[in-house]
Amino acid sequence: MEEKELNVIIATDCGSTTTKAILIEKNEKGEYRQTFRGEAPTTVEEPYNDVTRGVLNSLQEVEELSGRKILDGDKIIHPARGKVGVDIYISTSSAGGGLQMLVAGAVKAMTAESAQRAALGAGAIVMDVLASNDGRLPHQKIARIRSLRPDMILLSGGTDGGTVTHVVELAEFIAAADPRPRLGHTYTLPVIYAGNTAAQENIRKVLGKKTTLYVTDNIRPTLERENLFPARQKIQDLFMEHVMAQAPGYGKLKEWVEVSIMPTPGAVGYLIHAVAEEEHINVMGVDIGGATTDIFSDFDGIFNRTVSANLGMSYSISNVLAEAGLDNVLRWVPFDMDEDDLANRIKNKMIRPTTIPHTKNELIIEQALAREALRLAFEQHKLLAVGLKGVQRIRSVSDTFTQTASGETLVDMMKLNLFIGSGGILSHAPRRSQAMMMMIDSFQPLGFTRLAVDSIFMMPHLGVLASVNKAAAKEVFEKDCLIPLGTCVAPKGAAKPGAPCLHVKIHIHSGDKAKPPVTESIPVGEIRLYPMTLEEKAEVEVTPTRRFDVGAGFGRTVKKVVQGGRVGLVVDTRGRPLTFPDNVAQRRKMICGWYQSFKVYD
Amino acid sequence: MANVFTPGLQVIASTVVEKERTLPIPGRLMVKPGERVRAEQVIAETEIPNDIQTINVMNLLSISAKEIHRFMMKKEGDAVQANEPIAQSKPILGIKFFQTIVRAPFDGTVERISDVTGQVLIRKPPRRISIMAFVDGTVKSVREGLGATIECPCTFIQGIFGIGGETYGELCAVSKDPSAVVNESDIKEEYAGKILIGGSNISYRVFKKAMDVGVKGVIVGGFSAKDLKAVLGYELGVAVTGDEDIPTTLIVTEGFGRMAMAKRTFDLLLKNNGRRASISGHTQIRAGVMRPEIIIHFSGDEAAKAMPHATKAESGIMLGDETRIIREPYFGRLGTLIELPPDLTQIETESHVRIMKVKLSDTGEVVTVPRANVERIEV
Repeated sequence: MEEKELNVIIATDCGSTTTKAILIEKNEKGEYRQTFRGEAPTTVEEPYNDVTRGVLNSLQEVEELSGRKILDGDKIIHPARGKVGVDIYISTSSAGGGLQMLVAGAVKAMTAESAQRAALGAGAIVMDVLASNDGRLPHQKIARIRSLRPDMILLSGGTDGGTVTHVVELAEFIAAADPRPRLGHTYTLPVIYAGNTAAQENIRKVLGKKTTLYVTDNIRPTLERENLFPARQKIQDLFMEHVMAQAPGYGKLKEWVEVSIMPTPGAVGYLIHAVAEEEHINVMGVDIGGATTDIFSDFDGIFNRTVSANLGMSYSISNVLAEAGLDNVLRWVPFDMDEDDLANRIKNKMIRPTTIPHTKNELIIEQALAREALRLAFEQHKLLAVGLKGVQRIRSVSDTFTQTASGETLVDMMKLNLFIGSGGILSHAPRRSQAMMMMIDSFQPLGFTRLAVDSIFMMPHLGVLASVNKAAAKEVFEKDCLIPLGTCVAPKGAAKPGAPCLHVKIHIHSGDKAKPPVTESIPVGEIRLYPMTLEEKAEVEVTPTRRFDVGAGFGRTVKKVVQGGRVGLVVDTRGRPLTFPDNVAQRRKMICGWYQSFKVYD
Repeated sequence: MANVFTPGLQVIASTVVEKERTLPIPGRLMVKPGERVRAEQVIAETEIPNDIQTINVMNLLSISAKEIHRFMMKKEGDAVQANEPIAQSKPILGIKFFQTIVRAPFDGTVERISDVTGQVLIRKPPRRISIMAFVDGTVKSVREGLGATIECPCTFIQGIFGIGGETYGELCAVSKDPSAVVNESDIKEEYAGKILIGGSNISYRVFKKAMDVGVKGVIVGGFSAKDLKAVLGYELGVAVTGDEDIPTTLIVTEGFGRMAMAKRTFDLLLKNNGRRASISGHTQIRAGVMRPEIIIHFSGDEAAKAMPHATKAESGIMLGDETRIIREPYFGRLGTLIELPPDLTQIETESHVRIMKVKLSDTGEVVTVPRANVERIEV
């Protein structure tokens, strides 16, 4: 799309509970800046049943705060003239449960996995993954398809010219189940077929009458190649045409926007991919919400997204406890806590999800649960963000010894350059150091990693803006969206606590002034914070002992210049993975020490 | 500014509720507008497609998929009976002993014969499902072929959380005050078929006895997370409930732990002791919140006087409103809203949030709490 000249942009994200509007204006210096923000409850449900009510309410709040007249009754004023109107209105949406999909593929670890990646990349929640070899009997598969009510199905299977029977069999199961869409009684379920081209005719015969069938390019034309873009594009088009058209008020909203409404996670993913591409760096992002946690990664140009549907900080908080286990949550809590009391508190948050911690101890408990939710979501991400499985590789002798195989995770924390945190528990943590420490504890970065948080959750808005005007999106992203927290330096390796780990020289510069350099040796088991402001830079030289590696190899020195942030430079020698003593008193003493060094709770 | 508060649970002495009761797919409607219905009465029924089974005829007969039609004895759409031959191979050398016959696994219909996969799909006869009125009342309107809206004059009480589905029975108080714990001795054999009203808590052991005795439902202030796990047999991750296979529906009015039932709720239930009620444990705490319900049916004069309740949800919370604090350190305390400062205020966590000042009913103390941690008591 040709970039449009824009001076005033209004963007909304219609979330499941809140509709958030932001105003972006070009100032006299010619810079795009996010200037005002408004929010209102989302109104897709009774008694309103019209998403545009919430949109109008959020825009009214922006009007009140900015003094700009945006609305003329229920209409958005175009174009902008002085303090009246806007040049463009754009939106994302995850209201009403977002985009819920069922995916199916011939082989679980190959085409089914590729289909899952295509759906997740387009911003969907994957309800289930069906495969010929998923261990379920045919009648169980059919019962499952029928019991789910997805917004659409993505069916894949076979490389071009490969197996026909398996994918046709899956199509027959879908036809037999006769699944009904989640929204709307009057339309037939959209099914996208993105499998073996040789099976297209058979698929049309089986599904053509029972579903609204779309055929796109095969997502796995050969074992060695994955071609997700056409299927992702089709999913996003159908999200607009079918799913959103059934949701209350979206018909009207569709007419207001100038570019297609994007699913919220799809827009965030688009932005993260754009940043990685633009700066030629590896980027990861996480968005931890009330019900779900999304993780995005872009390593060496390969983008992946996963959504952990039941890991979140309010609606799903009890599931975090169920999946992580009480001991894993309690290991982050530095005070005595009755287990039954903790379980009751968590369940009470589940049934009253909009409440917030009032006391410091309640905050510590919620942040302990967040660490576990993030850790579990990251584990799931690593399992799906993998190289293609089933690819024939010629093994060398060294491969045989190291047991490398196809399907290895693409997530290499040592290669990660930038990590962005988003979602209430990270963006709105009372101290930025709390957000930074939660991210470090859960994701355990290695080497030198920059960390940042999304200031007010505007990545979705900027993702959809990037599809209209990349420059504007980039400028606002850098200047208003990202809050740099600092840099984490962490070595790979293990040794007993107290053993020598590394030697560090830090020379902080603030403009032309240089602070006295800090030179110290740090043993294993510590986390040290060197406060730096946003404007400061530091020359950092790290020399690990021979058991540790900070990016250049074991025992090799790394020198880098790092930018400051709201927290500063962190040197983390606690080892990877983090380990905890079994003795409760020792464990509490250890984490109290970490929290004090990091100044997270006082 | 957007209202930042949690709408409270409804505890309404007299109202008229409307229950929309619809089939998942179109079927036969069995009531007319204006008709009186009882809670247990079936108002609509339909047939839904039943389970399907695949039979790999290609493998069983050792033929190729393309040949399948030549060996089939039934066509798509044909009815079959259990054990009836549906396909057979050609006899070898004319000897039937060597012939393979494929038989139908159950009564049903041949849905598909695939010449691509060589499979035959047989579907069981449709399953009948019906919906009941759930409340005693009058049919207000109907959706032809789908269901009806039933109007019911009643006392209406929402719980905060429940498990178990819809049921009906006579209310029976087993606790004398809202802070009392339901003991094993409180559960008697004669309570079979009744809905028990308890105080602050019921343990797993006592709830199990209620289930064994045949109690239809238990309404109580608090229930512990540990006991919930014991009842369900698993840790509940997301609060979407109502389909549990348990004989006794549980409705919790306040929350998890030992929590005295709000006096207003307890008094209202006690006032209705001995009357017939419909209850449902269905809870869904996601977009489209659904809370468990207690509906105590009216009749005669009482029904004639009942008026639909106008909710104040649109107007937001106001000074003088009765409130309940729903988070530690004052969890469960009731009070009156006395101040709504407009500015952000720093709380103990160091967060800057909108707060409100509440005068606690029991001690008279004035406490500052985040607005998000307070719910209005709907009256």
